[in-house]
Amino acid sequence: AMLDPDRGLSLTIARVVQRLQGSSLHSQLERQARVSLHKPEIKLESLKEDIKDFLKTSGWEKKLQNAVYSELNVFPSPCHPAAPPEHIKEPLAYMRKAQGSWEKRILKSLNSMCTELSIPLAQKRPVSEQKELLNKWNEMGTDEPDLSLFRPVYAPKDFLEVLMNLRNPNYENGEQPSFRNHLGLIQVPLKVKDIPELKEDFSELGLNIGQLGIDDSAQVPPEFFENEHVRVGQKVLAEQDSAAAQQYVRQGCPTALRADLWALILNISNQPEDILYYEQLKSNVIQHDLLVDSLIYKDVKLTASNDDYYFVFEDYLYQVLLCFSRDTSVLEHFTYSSATPPKSYIQGKLGMEEYAVFYPPNVNFNSFILSVAPLCFLYHEPSKLYQIFREMYVRFFFRLHSISSHPSGIVSLCLLFETLLQTHLPQLFYHLREIGAQPLRISFKWMVRAFSGYLATDQLLLLWDRILGYNSLEILAVLAAAVFAFRAVNLMEVTSLAAAEAVLADLSTLKVMPLLQIFLFATVT
Amino acid sequence: FRIMAGKVKWVTDIEKSVLINNFEKRGWIQVAENEDWNFYWMSVQTIRNVFSVETGYRLSDDQIVNHFPNHYELTRKDLMVKNIKRYRKELEKEGSPLAEKDENGKYIYLDFVPVTFMLPADYNLFVEEFRKNPSSTWIMKPCGKAQGKGIFLINKLSQIKKWSRDSKTSSFVSQSSKEAYVISLYINNPLLIGGKKFDLRLYVLVSTYRPLRCYMYKLGFCRFCTVKYTPSTSELDNMFVHLTNVAIQKHGDDYNHIHGGKWTVSNLRLYLESTRGKEVTNKLFDEIHWIIVQSLKAVAPVMNNDKHCFECYGYDIIIDDKLKPWLIEVNASPSLTSSTANDRILKYNLINDTLNIAVPNGEIPDCKWNKSPPKEVLGNYEVLYDEEMAQSDGSDRDLRGRSGQSTGVKGSRARDSGKPVLTTWK
Repeated sequence: AMLDPDRGLSLTIARVVQRLQGSSLHSQLERQARVSLHKPEIKLESLKEDIKDFLKTSGWEKKLQNAVYSELNVFPSPCHPAAPPEHIKEPLAYMRKAQGSWEKRILKSLNSMCTELSIPLAQKRPVSEQKELLNKWNEMGTDEPDLSLFRPVYAPKDFLEVLMNLRNPNYENGEQPSFRNHLGLIQVPLKVKDIPELKEDFSELGLNIGQLGIDDSAQVPPEFFENEHVRVGQKVLAEQDSAAAQQYVRQGCPTALRADLWALILNISNQPEDILYYEQLKSNVIQHDLLVDSLIYKDVKLTASNDDYYFVFEDYLYQVLLCFSRDTSVLEHFTYSSATPPKSYIQGKLGMEEYAVFYPPNVNFNSFILSVAPLCFLYHEPSKLYQIFREMYVRFFFRLHSISSHPSGIVSLCLLFETLLQTHLPQLFYHLREIGAQPLRISFKWMVRAFSGYLATDQLLLLWDRILGYNSLEILAVLAAAVFAFRAVNLMEVTSLAAAEAVLADLSTLKVMPLLQIFLFATVT
Repeated sequence: FRIMAGKVKWVTDIEKSVLINNFEKRGWIQVAENEDWNFYWMSVQTIRNVFSVETGYRLSDDQIVNHFPNHYELTRKDLMVKNIKRYRKELEKEGSPLAEKDENGKYIYLDFVPVTFMLPADYNLFVEEFRKNPSSTWIMKPCGKAQGKGIFLINKLSQIKKWSRDSKTSSFVSQSSKEAYVISLYINNPLLIGGKKFDLRLYVLVSTYRPLRCYMYKLGFCRFCTVKYTPSTSELDNMFVHLTNVAIQKHGDDYNHIHGGKWTVSNLRLYLESTRGKEVTNKLFDEIHWIIVQSLKAVAPVMNNDKHCFECYGYDIIIDDKLKPWLIEVNASPSLTSSTANDRILKYNLINDTLNIAVPNGEIPDCKWNKSPPKEVLGNYEVLYDEEMAQSDGSDRDLRGRSGQSTGVKGSRARDSGKPVLTTWK
């Protein structure tokens, strides 16, 4: 039964209220209200209105607005009150099942690694080791532990295989792929947008609208667009309005304002209690050793240390990721994620909740790392960097690692990419398919990493501006298709998967916004 | 015969592919040193011979070389400092606003070289300075050596006892360049990124000193240390060990770090704009350009502005945590060795763009030409300072225009030898 809109609204309000009630913002507001009682403009006769006015003028109402906005952004709209919790996680049963199997596989792999290496999943560190780690907290990159025995949990192509094998049991699956004559790798009937719909959704990327990444280039005088855009950005920051910021960044962030704008959209203010929380996580890392830590170590060494841009931030990556894997507040987001984290307990403390640790499920640590690294260009204070990353993860990036039907989930992105390519570049698509170079095999790794590690940093940040602005990852699929369109001429001439990979190996010179704009708005559909 | 006569004949004593490939791609012809040549890319040892009084070498109008005869006025650590000090004093005497000092007696616009003394000659002056800040660290560098050989750090006078004795000895002690050292205040608060120390390597091409015409290569880079930076005194020896280890291990490129990797300057700009803001970043880059130009102006009067010469320098600059750039050293022969494929490409393009400016159209040079290449051949170079232009129309021609995501400075800045518009610095 469809949910009556009023009922839906009141459910939403109730949920937001409930979530904010225990928060530090709530206690701050209470404190502010109490403090305001001393002010002369607050009169007993009109207490309620006066306090409300005070909160408005002192900017506290805006903070509350931003918090509400943030909640609405992150949590999905409630469905029918009788819907079981699994439905909120993921409405489609077959998706839930597939995610469950995938998780089991990962856990099995982790457990067998533990047995093989005789290392527990989690154990308390001896005191001397704790001291040592504390001392070198800021330079874990200089360590060279022996990680040769640790295998990566899985590679992107393993995950892609799983996605390729997804089937909706309610559909007739004969020998031939049947639905919509879809010739790509993804064979599930999720709804994805077409170009006219995308044009509407991404209307701010249109040809007549100023963009950073296009209209701030050397040839364009700054008076045309850039100066005014910067001015508006400063105003948005002064107003501290999350919703306005989210709208603003659709046209790109000026580099000097980006850090603050993203923090505003993600509603991160780095309060003392946030810093304290981070320090607590840090002490958890010092005290307890997780198997996952070694995997993180190994992956950072393999990826970020070799990256032209990110190698500098190697040490920050350890700090953020080690803390993240112990952050149980992240568990909250699993109510709306199809994933369920495997939980483990520190050795000898089975069942004791304060000694619980969870394993970020479906974590391809590779992708993880690469989604933290670009943030190091914006935030150098560890606890703020941590919070920004955590928020980006629970809003966006987790969807790249779990199997779900969500429009920003990796399955939908893959299908969107393939559909765009097949519909608008059919010749190219058929050609690549013929030579055994299914396009998704090449673009999957870009999307699953949100293009981090493939684009130049300034271009990546312009792309992520739009992820935040549109609160969606669909732009990743559109960009992937746009890249193929851009290199179509060369791709038509290749005769093998390897050659196709070579044509698309180096994306570091690409300019993201012109590609997107041309693909969406200047291609004949 | 006529076609052959038109080809540039080149010689080099540096066997590097990035050079040779560039000559060959222009269809130039390799000849031996004793034959008729038009273009000689020489090492610094060779240039000394070519222009030494004994040899009496006379270059003809169609011959070009890649060094100025007395480049060491800029590229020897002690002479560079000497020339800058002299330049400052001269400006002070003229009452130039450039030489303005602050209340502590420090030059406001011309304090860009860390306090430096020659040893043993200035030993006593050094001791006086040292005692003002007894907890400071100083870096000892031999004057005549390159590639970081013999560099070490000190924080106690006892560590340089030897030079104290030498200074007291009578003037019979020959102060050959091998014995002489410079001692500079060590920048112990460098700007750190990701907790790592780095320095900047920038390439600057000078085609003439009088009038001064110089170009900055847009694709400079930052060189990072892997070793975590720590100013703690107990780690001095450690750092020292790391410094010299690197100098010995690395193929003669630079002096004080293990290469943890490189960033492009545009990356640095992105990082600084994102974390510090646009104004301070622009100010920093303006200052970097400024100190390079000032260092060239300082040596211009003593440089032998031989018309057969051009030179591509490697500038080493350190930025401190207050975003102030410091000139550490200028290299006459920046390394042409490549450690990675990207490196090779960068150096290849550097030589290519340099040759396009120094040898117009790739044709047999005539050193009487006006050394004013058209804009189109600059490649990745941009005009840093053109004294002739600056004086002719009074407004500034250098670094005008925007360069989007690259390193160029947006907006214009007047920087002729008269009154500078130092609006961002006042």
